[in-house]
This record gives sequence, structure tokens and C-alpha cells, in this order.
Amino acid sequence: MHLGVSESMRECEYSQISTRSSTPMETPYKKRTPKKRKWEIFPGRNKFYCDGRIMMAKQTGVFYLTLILILVTCGLFFTFDCPFLAQQLTPVIPVIGGVLFLFVLGTLLRTSFSDPGVLPRATQDEAADLERQIDVANGGTGYRPPPRTKEVVINGQTVKLKYCFTCKIFRPPRASHCSLCDNCVERFDHHCPWVGNCVGRRNYRFFYMFILSLSFLTIFIFAFVITHIILSSHQNGFLSALKDSPASVLEVVVCFFSVWSIVGLSGFHTYLISSNQTTNEDIKGSWSSKRGKDNYNPYSYGNIFTNCCAALCGPLPPSLIDRRGFVEADVPQLAPPTNGITMYGSTQSQQSHMAAATPLLQHQSSEPVILTTSPENGGTLTGRASLALTGPCTSLPLGQPTPPNSTSSLSCHEATDKLPVHGHTLTHNHSNPLQESVFQHHFLTPEEVPSPPGMLHCGSPMGHSHTAQAGFYDPASQDSLHEDSVRGLVKLSSV
Amino acid sequence: MHIEGYIALFWDSLKRYYINPYCITLSLSELRHSASLANKVFIQRDYSEGTTCKFQTKFPSELESRIERTLFEDTVKTLNNYYAEAEKIGGQSYLEGCLACATAYLIFLCMETRYEKVLKKIAKYIQEQNEKIYAPRGLLITDPIERGMRVIEISIYEDRGSSGSSSGSSSVSGSTAR
Repeated sequence: MHLGVSESMRECEYSQISTRSSTPMETPYKKRTPKKRKWEIFPGRNKFYCDGRIMMAKQTGVFYLTLILILVTCGLFFTFDCPFLAQQLTPVIPVIGGVLFLFVLGTLLRTSFSDPGVLPRATQDEAADLERQIDVANGGTGYRPPPRTKEVVINGQTVKLKYCFTCKIFRPPRASHCSLCDNCVERFDHHCPWVGNCVGRRNYRFFYMFILSLSFLTIFIFAFVITHIILSSHQNGFLSALKDSPASVLEVVVCFFSVWSIVGLSGFHTYLISSNQTTNEDIKGSWSSKRGKDNYNPYSYGNIFTNCCAALCGPLPPSLIDRRGFVEADVPQLAPPTNGITMYGSTQSQQSHMAAATPLLQHQSSEPVILTTSPENGGTLTGRASLALTGPCTSLPLGQPTPPNSTSSLSCHEATDKLPVHGHTLTHNHSNPLQESVFQHHFLTPEEVPSPPGMLHCGSPMGHSHTAQAGFYDPASQDSLHEDSVRGLVKLSSV
Repeated sequence: MHIEGYIALFWDSLKRYYINPYCITLSLSELRHSASLANKVFIQRDYSEGTTCKFQTKFPSELESRIERTLFEDTVKTLNNYYAEAEKIGGQSYLEGCLACATAYLIFLCMETRYEKVLKKIAKYIQEQNEKIYAPRGLLITDPIERGMRVIEISIYEDRGSSGSSSGSSSVSGSTAR
């Protein structure tokens, strides 16, 4: 009896999908687009290469300039100066130069290509829960609440945690929102255009190694090119020495200007590391004694050695944004006002506004969000399937990004939080629900978990309802899910 | 194990431990409509000790009728200990850091970091807790790494079979409210 009912249900659902896609002969399996990886729908303003393995900021022009400068200068050094120096002095010089060059390149690429410690944005349920808590805290007046902050005491020092309107989270201490990349980054140091990426918790040590080794390399090249010219001019005269290797002149000029800035920067960051501060905190003077007598850095370990070790040799946390993972298929979320609180400030109203505006989201607005296996929800699941199949949402321009620093200055651009983030609340809330309703991290209800044919033998009475909904999924990509589910059930049955 | 695996796991244990003791002879349709996602509780981070990963052990009110306070606190405390172990700065982490620097971080192509090893342990622990303690009570813990280490998300599932009309009507009112 139930078999027959669910079979007919399935038939209805299949025909529903095919009419919408306007290819009545095609099965849902063929129609499904290949599964997207999470980097393709990443809401920040980042560029991804190599199928999500490499992550950079949007503007990478200056990074290529850095790369070219280093490659050209070192190339000229190895081609024109090293043969002379290897002969006249010692062949160790090119070897050391080579090692330094490789180290610089390695650390540069590692800094530029890695995830600086981006915090993924809150899921809709989390954001709704936070909003509810804030509303309750504000007394639910219904007026526009003031800028949201939370105070926390860390090692005796009161620290204010700000609420990020873009990412819909309370930022952890030392985290900051980079306006250029449009991400919240943990232990945000600064956004470096020379490296083409933010510098944060996960790549600070590579950045520091890069500038340290680059300063050694610059000094090394500068010193030995000067040596080359001097030795050569002893033999042939100064002018002919210059004429013999014009490349040396170029190298000297580049190195001379680089030395001041790079060595200065290395010194500055050495100071920051030894006092366990970020560039952001130093610029704002968060822990300076000028702010107050009792103002001190609560993150410092007390002595320079421990601070250095912690920053450079501490454990490397993994990336929190799963770039190469696959986007989950439809997962339901909670119905927001189940507990009677209907008003979530601007979030809900924005969502319904966006839902009305976009045809894709019409399905979402019309259905109850708590999904059950009742047959009338077959249509809603179709809607969710189509939702998951949308193309990557282009990140909407949010707020006013600060323009990239002029290339003439050699200092890295510090994108501090000077932008009045709270002033951008309206624009943020308008544009974000669209992004977030597509980029969601949901659960499958038990009814939606697809069951492989083998599972029916386990005597699961849910088998039929599973297959009723399972028609939406591409079987090839569900193999791992099936495996896990089967493994799970087998484990339980053995209990 | 992915979250879908948890759901299947939970669903089966729900039937085995939760539903059956109360109604042995459930019809197929009743079982089908039995569980739905009712609510989610989020355990936020505790930043009182700095930026190290630690979650608040405060017992949320929504779980009061579902699970014993001590069990919940044990779970959170164990998770906090795991994270503290992962982020510990000591001899072994220094060694790993220096070795990695010396090999220009190429060693991580063959070896996984200590943090990753501990994360695997955490995943196993959470799976075990879900199987043994939370799923039989209609709850499900999500690994914090899937939520960017911001929260521990605990999903509360309602047995619609026993509270059928109430959750049914709430879902209807939910749709009209939108």
C-alpha cells in the first residue's frame, strides 16, 4: 500500500522537476549540474586558483610586481655578478645566494597563497540566534539597536568584542574585518598589497620569514654587487667596470631603495612579535600606556623569547573555510519564529524582501521551513534542489572599500577598522541575505538522507520515504554519503 | 563522518531507543513522521582566557528537559581540553615548528600537523558522544570545525509522533508568519 503511494509520489515529483527544467525527457540525474566546491560560492572578495588550493586577494597587480622585482634582481645577480665573485672570491657566495633566494620565494608564495585565517560567515540559524539574543538584551524595544559590542575580560584587561554586520558574528578578540577582502580574519595584522593577501593568524609567520629573509637577501646582493664593482674597478678602472656589467648598477639601485624599507619593516615586525601585538593594535594604540595607567597587553606572555616562539613556532591552526569541500545539497533550517519571537530586526524583513524579489527564493518563502516527510513537501524540496544548483553568487560590493595604496610607497597598507562599520548596516543587510540564503550550511533531516538500495534490507521502514526524496540526488556523488550512512547503521546494529 | 551519516545514525538510534520503548507497535506512517528538527542551540566561545579555543560550559535552558547537566558539561569540558591540547605551546610544538621551518614547510606534505591530529580525535569523540549519549535523547552535536570554530551547534529533534499536533501547528504558524 505504502509502496504504491510513494511510487506515485515519486512519479509526481519527477514530472514536477522536468516541467520546470523544460526538458521533459531528461531524468533529474542528467539535469543536475556537477557538484560545486565551496570556494566557488565563497562570499568574500577573494580569488581562487588551482581548484581552491590557492587563495589570494582580489587585487594582485602589486604582488606580480614584487615577484618580478625579486626574480629580475636575483636573475641579474646570478648571471652577471656571481661568475666573477665565484672566481675571485669563493663559490660559496652563489650557493648562499641561491639558498636565500629559494627561501624568499618559498615564503612569499606561502604567504600569498595561503588562507590568512578567514572566519567563515555565520549560518542563518546562528545569525538568527544571535539576533534574538541581542534583541532580548536590548529589551526588545524595536528601535534600531546601537552598535553591538560585547565586553569580555581577558587576563584582567577588558576587551570589547565588536559585532560584524557583514559576517554576522561577534568577532573574536584580535580579529578584524578586512574591507579589501571583505572577510573577518583572525589575529588580523594588515592587508599587504605586496603579498597580495591579508596577513593574519595562519600566515603571519610566513610573512615575517619572508621580510626577514628578503632583507638578508637584499643586503647580501647589495654588498656583493658593490664588492664586484670595487674589485672590478681595481683591475680595469671604475667606469669600465660599470660598463662591463650595467646590470650591477640596476641591482644596486633596486637594493638600495629596498634595503631601507624592507629592513625597517623587519625591524618593526620584530618589535611587534616580541611584544605580541598586531600591526592593527599598534596603530590604534590599543595597549599603549598612553591610553591609561592600567592598560597592558593581555596576550603577551611576559618575556620576549616566549612571545617570539609563540608567534613563529606555535601550532599552525587549520583553515576554517573548507575551500575544496563540496557544497552540501539541500539541508533544511529552522522555522525562525517557533518560539513566538517573530521580530529579528532587519534580518527577517530583508530576507522576505529578497525572497519576493528573486524567483529562485520564492519556493523558500512559501514553504514551512521545518521539513517533514509529508508528501506535500515534495514540491518544496524541489525548490531547495534548484536553490542548491544556482551559480556562484557574485559577491556584491559592500560598503566603501579603501582604495589600494599607491605603489610608490613601500609600506604595506594597513586596512584598519577606521571605516564606520556600523554606518554600513543598512547596505550590508540589504545585500547579504541573498548571499547567505544561497551559501548555507544546513542539515539534512532524517527524511532527506538518501538511502542506497542495500539499506532497504536493514528493515528500515524509512526506506520508502528515503527513496521518494532520494530521486533528487545524483547517485554518483552520494556514494560517500551512502557509505557513511551504511557504516553508521551497521555500527548501531552491532551494538 | 559527515553530518548526513550522523543523521542516519541518529535516526536509527532514535527508533531503537527513543520511540520503541514508548510505542512498540507503531505503524509505518507514524514512524515516518516521527522526527523533525525543532530547534538549534548554539554554545558560544568563551574568550576569558584569550584567543585560545574554549567553549562556554553554561548549560543552555533549552536542553534542560533533554539531557542531564553533568553529561553536557562533561562533553564541553572534554572538548575544551582537546582544543587546549591542540593549541598548547610547548616542547613538541616548538620542535614541529622548527622542523617545518627548516624544511621550508614541505614536511607538511607528508606529515599532518599536531592540530590536525587532535581535530581527528575530536571528530571521533563527537561521533562517539552522539552515538552513545545525544542521539538517544533526540539531540545531535555538530563538530565546531564545521561552523568555523565559532559555536558548538546542538540540534534538538522533536518526536513528532508523540507531540504531533503541537509541532504540526507550529510549522503551519511558521509559514503564515512569513
